[in-house]
Amino acid sequence: MRKESLQAWLLLLPALVLLVAFTHWPAATTIIDSFYTTPKGSRPPRFVGIENYADLMTDPVFWTALRNNAIYAVWTIPASVILALVMALAVNTAMPGRALVRMAYFTPTMLPMIAVANIWLFFYTPDYGLFDHILSWFGGGRHNWLGDRATALPAMIAVAVWKEAGFFMIFYLAALQAMPPDLKECAALEGSSRWNFFRRVTIPLLMPTTLFVLVNAVINAFRLVDHVVVMTRGGPDNATTLLLYYIYEAGFRFWDQALAATLTVVLLGLLGLLAWLQFGVLGKRVHYR
Amino acid sequence: MHAEQTRGAGAAVRLTNVARRWGSVAALDGVSLTVEAGSFCVLLGPSGCGKTTCLRIVAGLETASSGTVEIGGRDVTNLPPAARGVAMVFQSYALFPHLNVAENIVFGLKARSVPPADRKRRLDRAVEILGIGHLLARRPGQLSGGQQQRVALGRAIVAEAPVCLMDEPLSNLDAQLRADMRREILALQRRLGITMLYVTHDQTEAMGMADQVVLLRDGHIEQDAPPADVYATPATAFAASFIGTPPMNLIKLPESGAIAGTVLGPPGGGRLTGIRPEALRLMETGGETGISAIVSHAEYLGADTVVACHLADGQSLLARLPGRAGLPDGAAVTFAFDHADLHLFDAATGRRLVTPA
Repeated sequence: MRKESLQAWLLLLPALVLLVAFTHWPAATTIIDSFYTTPKGSRPPRFVGIENYADLMTDPVFWTALRNNAIYAVWTIPASVILALVMALAVNTAMPGRALVRMAYFTPTMLPMIAVANIWLFFYTPDYGLFDHILSWFGGGRHNWLGDRATALPAMIAVAVWKEAGFFMIFYLAALQAMPPDLKECAALEGSSRWNFFRRVTIPLLMPTTLFVLVNAVINAFRLVDHVVVMTRGGPDNATTLLLYYIYEAGFRFWDQALAATLTVVLLGLLGLLAWLQFGVLGKRVHYR
Repeated sequence: MHAEQTRGAGAAVRLTNVARRWGSVAALDGVSLTVEAGSFCVLLGPSGCGKTTCLRIVAGLETASSGTVEIGGRDVTNLPPAARGVAMVFQSYALFPHLNVAENIVFGLKARSVPPADRKRRLDRAVEILGIGHLLARRPGQLSGGQQQRVALGRAIVAEAPVCLMDEPLSNLDAQLRADMRREILALQRRLGITMLYVTHDQTEAMGMADQVVLLRDGHIEQDAPPADVYATPATAFAASFIGTPPMNLIKLPESGAIAGTVLGPPGGGRLTGIRPEALRLMETGGETGISAIVSHAEYLGADTVVACHLADGQSLLARLPGRAGLPDGAAVTFAFDHADLHLFDAATGRRLVTPA
């Protein structure tokens, strides 16, 4: 019996070591660090209680980042999820070139984030970038898409929707294909219109997928950093600073460990709260087979 | 039977020269049949014979490549499924997994904007007929196969359509339940007076339920007749070999028309003679007009015994004998038969030839 449990632990060991070393231990130390000052040179960290959190509340950049992130989430999540559903419904019908279209939709997901950011950086380039080029045909002037406070965040949102929608489409497509065709035929015999079937059957049966996709969309919206690093570095004037990018800046550019740790704890708390809300509110209405 | 019985509520279904082709493959090839209003018609055949395609064409879920479909004298060939006045029970039941039983049953009524009072009346009636009142709040996932079957029937009942289509509705049930549901569906059809088109590959279902059996094979009709006629005078060798448990023996006749001295048909060759296993009687060895055979295996089934034998020329022969025959393997037996029980078929076309005198 003891030999068996030893074997079990040995088998668990590799995963356990990696999880503890790279997930649990850093998480725990981050929470601890958020109650201490940043160690500097000869000065060791000092316990300051919730002072770091109090400072954060008065940090204007934090509030800007939070606001930006909220706007970013409010636009990217519904836009990418709805677009994903529409695309999945489109490629779930029998049409010529279906496989090609499916692949095309999924391509953004396969590309590395940095490559995606660079492609879009070109699209947004003033004058000879794709968008300005097309606009010039219709007499549009030059735009500094990423350099203008008004358009920088919407430009980032567009990239995110483009990238996420294809990924979520795959989940919706899988769910749609798992739906028995009998249901649709039965509804057709019963005099149900296509819209009625979509509203009363398709949408409810897709709810487990929607919940899964939503949770992922929320997490993705709050952990985006790659595009910001490559495309705007948070500028102009913090117009595209998102929470994770602010953490990255605080931690690895300003070496402000206390601020970075505090921000991380706040972000984690926020994500936890959102996940709990989603499962609590939507979870009850989701029908699992 | 109740006072509310509504006999004559059915509508006749008529198919004229209906064909369905996918490229060069014909799933249905010029099928014409008429189902009288209020009768129970079983589309019978092996898998791939086109029976389900035929049903789906009547439902409007599949379009015919050519030919016309009429329901109640109305040409519905180009109408959408919902406008044809048919209800359908699917093999998978096609219940909506996220709706409870009551919602499932009235789904179509809601879609058609039937007023709530009428909806409730129809639901109550279906629930009373099927005895599923205690299940109304449950979801399909919480029901047994038989209960799901009832819900699917309920959905067909509330539609109050003159024609009900069923696609192998019992194939997902166990044998005991299947026998019960068979009786129940038949009673339901009689009570509601609707026209039933019922697809199955199980000939016992066809024999037990049908007013009219339409036997299909490779997309065409082999025989369209009441079950007793299909049994008594099969139109083709295929029909003979498909109906009956066990099915009819088909014996290839030699030139002489006789096997081991027993005349089983006219001379000339190229013919099959058929005899039902239950038409054979065991007689004392050495009789004059009997079929001699060697027992290869006897299967005792309780009420009777099915004896598998082989003839002198190696052809196999099944006999269904009452009670326990008690024949050891390898025993030599002779079967007596009436010449009136012999059926004669053309070996090449499978067509029935005039019954031998």
